[in-house]
Amino acid sequence: MAASPAYGEEKGGSSSLGEPEYGHDPASGGIFSSDYKRHDDLKEMLDSNKDSLKLEAMKRIVAMIARGKNASDLFPAVVKNVACKNIEVKKLVYVYLVRYAEEQQDLALLSISTFQRGLKDPNQLIRASALRVLSSIRVPIIVPIMMLAIKEAASDMSPYVRKTAAHAIPKLYSLDSDQKDQLIEVIEKLLADKTTLVAGSVVMAFEEVCPERIDLIHKNYRKLCNLLIDVEEWGQVVIINMLTRYARTQFLSPNQNESLLEESAEKAFYGSEEEDAKDAKAEVASLAKRKPYVMDPDHRLLLRNTKPLLQSRNAAVVMAVAQLYFHLAPKAEVGVIAKALVRLLRSHSEVQYVVLQNVATMSIKRRGMFEPYLKSFYIRSTDPTQIKILKLEVLTNLANETNISTILREFQTYIRSMDKDFVAATIQAIGRCATNIGKVRDTCLNGLVQLLSNRDELVVAESVVVIKKLLQMQPAQHSEIIKHMAKLTDNIQVPMARASILWLIGEYCEHVPKIAPDVLRKMAKSFTNEEDIVKLQVINLAAKLYLTNSKQSKLLTQYVLNLAKYDQNYDIRDRARFIRQLIVPTEKSGALNKYAKKLFLAQKPAPILESSFKDRDHFQLGSLSHLLNTKAVGYQELPDWPDEAPDPSVRNVEVRGASWGAGVLGEPQKVPEWTKCTSREKRKEKVEKPFYSDSEGESGPTESADSEPESVSEESGSSSSSGSSSSSSDEEEEEEEEEEGSGDEEEEEEEGAKKAKKKKAPQGRKGHAETSSEEASASESSSSGSNSGSEAEAKRRKAPPSSRTGPKEISLLDLDDCDHPPPPQPVPSSSIVSTSLVTDLEGLTLTDTSLAPALLSPTFGAVRTYELLHRMAGEGLSVEYCFSRRPFPGDPHMVAVQIQISNNTDAEVKSLRVSEPKPLSGMRIQEFPEIERLAPGDTASVVMGIDFCDSTQAANFQLCTHTRHFYVSIQPPVGELMAPVFMSENEFKKEQGKLTGMSEITEKLTLPEKCRSDHAIVQQVTSAANVGRVPCGADNEYRFAAKTVTSGSLVLITLERREGTTAQLTVNSEKMVIGTMLVKDIVQALAQ
Amino acid sequence: MIHSLFLINASGDIFLEKHWKSVVSRSVCDYFFEAQERASEAENVPPVIPTPHHYLLSVYRHKIFFVAVIQSEVPPLFVIEFLHRVVDTFQDYFGSTNVGDQLPTGQLSVVPWRRTGVKYTNNEAYFDVIEEIDAIIDKSGSTITAEIQGVIDACVKLTGMPDLTLSFMNPRLLDDVSFHPCVRFKRWESERILSFIPPDGNFRLLSYHVSAQNLVAIPVYIKHNISFRDSSSLGRFEITVGPKQTMGKTVEGVMVTSQMPKGVLNMTLTPSQGTHIFDPVTKLLSWDVGKINPQKLPSLKGSVSLQAGTSKPDENPTINLQFKIQQLAISGLKVNRLDMYGEKYKPFKGIKYMTKAGKFQVRT
Repeated sequence: MAASPAYGEEKGGSSSLGEPEYGHDPASGGIFSSDYKRHDDLKEMLDSNKDSLKLEAMKRIVAMIARGKNASDLFPAVVKNVACKNIEVKKLVYVYLVRYAEEQQDLALLSISTFQRGLKDPNQLIRASALRVLSSIRVPIIVPIMMLAIKEAASDMSPYVRKTAAHAIPKLYSLDSDQKDQLIEVIEKLLADKTTLVAGSVVMAFEEVCPERIDLIHKNYRKLCNLLIDVEEWGQVVIINMLTRYARTQFLSPNQNESLLEESAEKAFYGSEEEDAKDAKAEVASLAKRKPYVMDPDHRLLLRNTKPLLQSRNAAVVMAVAQLYFHLAPKAEVGVIAKALVRLLRSHSEVQYVVLQNVATMSIKRRGMFEPYLKSFYIRSTDPTQIKILKLEVLTNLANETNISTILREFQTYIRSMDKDFVAATIQAIGRCATNIGKVRDTCLNGLVQLLSNRDELVVAESVVVIKKLLQMQPAQHSEIIKHMAKLTDNIQVPMARASILWLIGEYCEHVPKIAPDVLRKMAKSFTNEEDIVKLQVINLAAKLYLTNSKQSKLLTQYVLNLAKYDQNYDIRDRARFIRQLIVPTEKSGALNKYAKKLFLAQKPAPILESSFKDRDHFQLGSLSHLLNTKAVGYQELPDWPDEAPDPSVRNVEVRGASWGAGVLGEPQKVPEWTKCTSREKRKEKVEKPFYSDSEGESGPTESADSEPESVSEESGSSSSSGSSSSSSDEEEEEEEEEEGSGDEEEEEEEGAKKAKKKKAPQGRKGHAETSSEEASASESSSSGSNSGSEAEAKRRKAPPSSRTGPKEISLLDLDDCDHPPPPQPVPSSSIVSTSLVTDLEGLTLTDTSLAPALLSPTFGAVRTYELLHRMAGEGLSVEYCFSRRPFPGDPHMVAVQIQISNNTDAEVKSLRVSEPKPLSGMRIQEFPEIERLAPGDTASVVMGIDFCDSTQAANFQLCTHTRHFYVSIQPPVGELMAPVFMSENEFKKEQGKLTGMSEITEKLTLPEKCRSDHAIVQQVTSAANVGRVPCGADNEYRFAAKTVTSGSLVLITLERREGTTAQLTVNSEKMVIGTMLVKDIVQALAQ
Repeated sequence: MIHSLFLINASGDIFLEKHWKSVVSRSVCDYFFEAQERASEAENVPPVIPTPHHYLLSVYRHKIFFVAVIQSEVPPLFVIEFLHRVVDTFQDYFGSTNVGDQLPTGQLSVVPWRRTGVKYTNNEAYFDVIEEIDAIIDKSGSTITAEIQGVIDACVKLTGMPDLTLSFMNPRLLDDVSFHPCVRFKRWESERILSFIPPDGNFRLLSYHVSAQNLVAIPVYIKHNISFRDSSSLGRFEITVGPKQTMGKTVEGVMVTSQMPKGVLNMTLTPSQGTHIFDPVTKLLSWDVGKINPQKLPSLKGSVSLQAGTSKPDENPTINLQFKIQQLAISGLKVNRLDMYGEKYKPFKGIKYMTKAGKFQVRT
């Protein structure tokens, strides 16, 4: 027992708990009265032969450890039992060892041989626990043994042991980082493991040891994606977070089109001007190559396989998927995470706290996503203050013109809360709403002014501060409020509020010329008793008054400055000295004196009240760093998207035979063969090809690649491979299925030409992405362009005009080719094009469909113009309208109607406006701004919004000029009462499943000859109704989806081609009337 | 990830600690105590506290803080969710059998959530469909927001490896669902059927949200008349609780609580039924009403004495309501059938429905 005093000493050093409180320790039972004898009974029990006694002793020892008591002097007695046969005892001994081995390294070595034996045990549980303990005892001398054990365990036949090996890796790494290289080898080996049990643990090890070795993930990427749903919850979180980073380095931004579109106009311009400069061409080619964005199937795989996990019961998993979607998904798809995040708000308050922080950040970038859930962020009086304040933040972020009145009403209740911190935060929130939404600024200001008479001083003070900020935006109109606030100085004591009032009066003393000097007089009286910030503002006020109204305030100012001169605070003395020199002209005072007024009373920019969560998304959402808004130790930056996608083939894995399980959640699996996923992917690519391109492309390029092949073969049998369109389709085909390369191509092209063509192709495609004029110029440039290309190429360049002129109607291309000035009625066409441009820019869900008619169709059929007022009836004024299919700005429930007014009289028409709309119940009309004058022969185009309430009833109103009134009405075709929505095939099917029975209308029809190509069908349907195409796996089926504009009810259209010329049309919609009418319209459109 | 864990009780004692890596001195908790002091109330302690060398992530349950010590970047929800699971496990473990009689045995099974070799003499499977109504009712009695959140809790004691399917009469009611990992997601996606190999014992099979399009029936109403007068130091207080849309079922377990403004000194109230308490320190009024008899509506009337000399409180108190309705799922959700595959015996099956108030508030 010579050792025990030494242990006693060490106890003092190793544990910080100071004097052990034995009295509170029921296990010790008052035995340990002296340090020398302590724990003797436990030692005896450990030495006994009875397992029950040993177990009892170990339980008491472990309990001591848990209470933070020092049990290190028992080490020798405990370590003897490491070889104990009783598994219960053994486990507790392990617990003890893990805790104390670090402090007693020499003695701990005695146990190592037991673990080494354990590592060879036939029982996998014992092997695993031996490895676990071995890797948990932090004894540097055994590092080589640990390394060996880990390597061996990594090849163990039991996945459970391999999992433990993965867990051991970070432990060893933290003990000795020199082992990194060897550990990476083990990680690489374990990453290739095919069981779900290992996946999460090894990725965790990867993240801790070598997160920079992204190359190790390539070959395992698809496997990880496919395994994900069956991995245990915690592993899912780690894998999803890692894959988010991975995807950011390997794929292209799915939202790049928005930013590129702006750029591309410029780029195309360069392209058309090219002076045959080869490098310029190369540049264009490379730019173009980048542009037609098609999502990498692996990127899609990740999005698809993580989505079901939004249904996880584990908040961390849901958050992980949410951040993945936020950082990786195309804008149109991010919305799915909102519902799941809102669900988490039902959870424990800590979970709410973290989720709300993330929602706050997201809601700044993607307000629309959470808008439908506005009410879920309403505050309850029982919410903890920190939750209330976060919810308030989200509500403020979500505020916009349409919902602001609801939000303000809600805020009114909050202001009466007993929780004053929360009230203060509400007042600030009101201030932010007022600055962001001009419409309600005055309302908010009035509300805040009322609060100035609140009984609670904190409320008043906070209001003063916020009002000050608001007044700075438009001081001239509010001298009344300033006066009111001046009166408050008599009562309000909160220094910040006093200071704010004084600043306001000083700043706007010209608006309150009478009151300001009086306030200064009062403040001069109380100067010595004020707080420092108030004193500074008194000096400030004095200086400003001196400059503007020195007659009344000269003496007062001097008095204040004198008081300040002898103030205790040096800042105040300093300020007084400085100001005196500046404003009071003396001989010494230099040139600055002249500018004093400018210095003090310069126009100051109004403060911007913005969310503290702005731009916080440069941190990976869901991370600790994001929550703290500062980089935490070990944070891995979320990389920016690459400009060019790295080689996707690195993820290819050799295909081996055998099939694998369906990957059903929770399905027990017998070592599935994940490697097969590649072949599955290939199959998918084929089947879902339209899916990828449709859903992700969202803009011209992909669309043209998709639907043009048909159009070409249909309409231009004569001119064979025609121009840019076919070359773009060719490229697509070459990539996907070589053998399908079109026949005419082979006729025409030689091998060499083929290459040249490939280069050229992107440019042609690019042209389609532009607006009409750009497209025209691009194609013009290619047709009039250099002779540098091969003959074949030149031929192809000439081709487009000829093929385009074929159809009888005017095409956009024609107009430019013939170099005509735009005809006098270009508005509808330009409106379509700009529609697509606008929607592209906004990343809205108008997919190919709306573009198709705009860019591809040679007809104007898509946008029909209707007559509102005939020239005769209108006495020379003719008015036409069309449905621009553009979302109506300001009110998503309104249909935008583009109105074109031409003045055919020979006099000026003045003050054209809408008056006395007589809408049927519920219908709303947003008039266009009055047109002040319209010169003879001029044409004006305006947009008005009408909420038709999802009915085809006409909207009646009067069109007035300065002399006349015309009764007019607009009756919408049923197809215009909706707006396209994006959905995946699965969502479509799911929604369709919900809309059966009465909501389903089916009709058989016969397709006329010219309406049998995919292109024609899509075009006819989309011209009949404003719907978006939904990707579809089957060849003979077409699906479209839209939502009615007012109520947002889904309208799903399915057109199934049967053998021969028959087809079946199905429309599913809650709105039966709309469904029935739509069927009629579409059948008619297709029959034409 | 988690370096150490400290358990701190209501009086601020660290009564348990556990270290997974090297020992972190318990003095790190001082930062936590500081934050606790600043927060005034336990529920306002920030769940994440940065300190110079560590990050403290904590959850507060059963009046105990579970404080995890972290050293580097980790998703905060990962730790928080984990801590909550730890607490759940403690609750299960300490709540049931004799503590420490038997240490849990490690199990390896193809189905990670179910141990092998389960045996029962009586095979039974019970499912409780419990729906909670979250609502905010405004002064005039109209609903500002109301939602139904439901769960299906199961107690399954079945021998062997049973494979269960549970289907609903009206699965379309379920708008947003989250599952226990045992539920096969694809089967739900395609057929709206819950198919699963259940864990042994008690577990939560499913949580759901009822689609917002369906109007939520509000089963009770509160009539209130609470007024503080400026002139006198007395105020009036009167509330009545009554049934509204109860589908003919009895509303029971009704409990009304309300946080009174600071200026309230005491309340002299008479209930028509049940018992009530006003705590003059916390200013919390609670009234245990019990069952609502539609013939004789429960009410609580009386006067409020206010601090003399101060002006009347600006705000009226919010009333929080709890209640229970047995044998009713307010959304109308109905289980269609429960089938078992994979085992030969015939289990006893039972389904119970209940509706409760969730966060149910009436603004006055």
